[in-house]
Amino acid sequence: MAQNRIGGQTIVFTKNPPKIISRASIVGKKEGEGPLAEYFDKILEDDLWGEKSWEKAERRMFIETAQMILERAKKEPSEINYLFAGDLLDQIITATFGARSLGIPYYGLYGACSSMTQTISLGAAMIDGGYADHVLCVTSSHFCTAERQFRFPLEMGVQRPPTAQWTVTGAGGVLLSSSGEGPCITHATTGKVIDFGIKDANYMGAAMAPAAADTLKAHFEDTGRGPQDYDLIVTGDLAKYGRQLTIDLLKKEGYDIEDRYIDCGCEIYSEEQDVHAGASGCACSAVVLAGYLLKKMEDGELNRILIASTGALHSTISSQQGDSIPSIAHAIVIEKKG
Amino acid sequence: MESLDVKQKKINQEYQKYANSIPPKSNTVTNCAMAFLVGGIICTIGQAINNIAKNYYNMNTEEASATTSITLILIAALLTGLGLYEKIGKRAGAGSIVPITGFSNSIVSPAMEHKREGYVMGIGAKMFSVAGPVLVYGVSASVVVGLIHYFFIK
Amino acid sequence: MEYIRAFITGGLICVIGQILIDKTNLTSARILVLFATLGVILTGLGIYEHVVEFGGAGATVPLPGFGYALAKGAIKGVKEMGILGAFSGGIMATAGGIAAAIVFGYLTAVLFDPKSKN
Repeated sequence: MAQNRIGGQTIVFTKNPPKIISRASIVGKKEGEGPLAEYFDKILEDDLWGEKSWEKAERRMFIETAQMILERAKKEPSEINYLFAGDLLDQIITATFGARSLGIPYYGLYGACSSMTQTISLGAAMIDGGYADHVLCVTSSHFCTAERQFRFPLEMGVQRPPTAQWTVTGAGGVLLSSSGEGPCITHATTGKVIDFGIKDANYMGAAMAPAAADTLKAHFEDTGRGPQDYDLIVTGDLAKYGRQLTIDLLKKEGYDIEDRYIDCGCEIYSEEQDVHAGASGCACSAVVLAGYLLKKMEDGELNRILIASTGALHSTISSQQGDSIPSIAHAIVIEKKG
Repeated sequence: MESLDVKQKKINQEYQKYANSIPPKSNTVTNCAMAFLVGGIICTIGQAINNIAKNYYNMNTEEASATTSITLILIAALLTGLGLYEKIGKRAGAGSIVPITGFSNSIVSPAMEHKREGYVMGIGAKMFSVAGPVLVYGVSASVVVGLIHYFFIK
Repeated sequence: MEYIRAFITGGLICVIGQILIDKTNLTSARILVLFATLGVILTGLGIYEHVVEFGGAGATVPLPGFGYALAKGAIKGVKEMGILGAFSGGIMATAGGIAAAIVFGYLTAVLFDPKSKN
């Protein structure tokens, strides 16, 4: 019998709850002009960053974020037991080439934009289970690499509908550790793949909202907790309309989260930045968590948060074949102890 | 099992209907006004080129028409290269997609985008990734029209 | 007057495209295919000729005009060369535009790099 499971989808870290001992975030130019600019560690002057391609620029953001996290914790790559990482590109090339440079034992994960909490969930289980002391979790995305893979060439003159979202250029991550100072990961609720038949790739918020609502509901049921037990409930990249749908879906289930709920996709850009519904991408929840939320926890403004990164798991091929967009959300609880 | 599928389908339909009711609709009136204006301007420029070709270079209708197309394609390619066509397209929508300049933009933009994957498999192969279907369907349809004329009308 | 007719005709064709984009979620690639093919069909039916007579460049510059050139070329080809012309006529009539798109597309791609959006 697994002793650390509660309910259908949640695990509790009891023996040795992993701590977040270091964090870092790097973002692109546009993100650096948004309301959270002061929380990011580095802002690129241009999105190519002197590299030969957008993909190489994303890779460098990934590597430098990882190095920054290690420097701050005063750790060498050789001291890190595992790197859990993912990104949006085919065959997760950013994470894999990043792992090649870092030389840390690596599990590459694909969870689309849910990668941040997906990697932290697994990394935390490794530590609490006694299989690791230090696990590095990093994810990244880049507007230009995602746009060309999932949508249109950059220079093509097309209009974006009001529900369209803007992929965040950035990389963010955390170092989980069995010892040291920092907020703890106490629970992880693994999401199911949920699909309510939304096909419009320009309305990802609607595709992912049911997954977010499903995972949050499962978390509340498994733990016996409610929204009032958290200072803040956070979702990954549902943006303006997906956020509203999540509130409504959970209200139907009897949970009112509205007064303590933010979506990372609504936080990164301001209204004037012309991003339509909001932000998306693996880096969306990664940089908001690593830059903004963990800083607020350090400052004592937040003590216990529930964060669920959300991912749309379609590919261009599945979309072209007429399939709808399957989605997922993984939730973790971060709590400041002592 | 079937009843479950039917139930899920119903839930999905209700959800989709609800989800689509949340966001504001694209402002079709403004969009159409912009499309009309920009599309109209591009065609007026085309008319001017056409008239110059006819009146100053003594071209016949077909020659003038081809000259107009080539010139507009060149202008659109340059604007795309300079990153300006995308900015026009953001406001103009169909106004800059439907004219021949949009065809040019749809050839130039993937070619630029894929340069880093090489000159043959990047630029060469990807150039027609968006506009290729236009030629496939346009040319095929024209052959059908030609054959109909050959067998039934001529 | 000629310019006003071109402006109105071209503008209206684009408005039809815009309504399709806003109401049906058709991507621009599909709009291009649809309009070019419609141009061919309407020319085959003898309808588009009237639009061109009225609108001039307003009818030939939008994508249905590309279809118009293709279909007219094919019909002309059949008249001059018989069945071979059905195959060669369309491309011959539009060869200039296609070659220009290829050459200018190639040169632009070589000379310019795509820019990130802000």
